Amino acid sequence: MKILEMRELLAARTYACPDRTREDVAAAAASDMLSDVLAMGGAPDVLITGLLNPQVIRTAVLMDARCVVFVRGKVPGPAIVELAEESGVCVLGTDMPMYQVCGVLHAHGLAAAR
Amino acid sequence: MVREYTVYGNDFVRAGEVSGKIKTILKGLGYPPEMIRRAAITTYEAEMNMVIHADGGRVRASFSPEEVVLVFADQGPGIADLNLAMQAGWSTASETARQLGFGGGMGLPNIRRYSDALDIDTKVGTGTTLTITIRPGGRNL
Ligand SMILES: Nc1ncnc2c1ncn2[C@@H]1O[C@H](COP(=O)(O)OP(=O)(O)OP(=O)(O)O)[C@@H](O)[C@H]1O
Ligand SMILES: [Mg+2]
Repeated sequence: MKILEMRELLAARTYACPDRTREDVAAAAASDMLSDVLAMGGAPDVLITGLLNPQVIRTAVLMDARCVVFVRGKVPGPAIVELAEESGVCVLGTDMPMYQVCGVLHAHGLAAAR
Repeated sequence: MVREYTVYGNDFVRAGEVSGKIKTILKGLGYPPEMIRRAAITTYEAEMNMVIHADGGRVRASFSPEEVVLVFADQGPGIADLNLAMQAGWSTASETARQLGFGGGMGLPNIRRYSDALDIDTKVGTGTTLTITIRPGGRNL
């Protein structure tokens, strides 16, 4: 699906790289622990997390994920937004909790990263 | 080709920069994507360990067509029980590191899993040196 569709499904806001919302994403990983995201080792296009700090963006870049979704109404601060813009990572934020975000996206065909 | 970098201890703003630079070089040199992936994950884990546990250190990366060798050397506290440290889930990470999403105790097991060779030389009170080798067409993810 396109990031744009994902944004609609999650009633999300765009915080960085709005120009990338036309890109396609196929697989996601979700966790509040970056340790876990790295240990899963798959190739996620989307990183879904309730963790709010610049390391989330660095981790996304290292793993070649092109989109980060912050859940539960978390609003990324300027340090996060700046790093995301610099690194070309699209950042969305939604009020939905993690479980709901994963459920909705999975039901619409976004696979688990492997 | 050889490159050297400094990693700064407890600097959570810059943490990950060195891994990013190494990844950019790997891409520029045209290594296969699966190898770049494994190198990116292992360098990031090793860099974060130096930031979180060892008050920083030095990284030396050598690139050749056959392999990439990454040496992470620090003068931190060393690892008292390496067998324990290699177990998934075992961690002494600080509260600060945990709040940032680290400290799952997954780093060293992960480095072993994604590298083609791993050597750890550690001594309490002296420091830790990790030598990670990644080869194209090596371990597949
Ligand atoms: N460079 C180092 N210097 C001193 N101790 C280290 C070093 N690297 C790892 N350790 C010790 O080994 C433990 C396990 O490391 P590992 O990377 O597996 O997990 P972690 O860093 O605690 O958590 P995670 O990597 O999941 O964020 C650490 O908690 C720490 O006690
Ligand atoms: Mg670690």
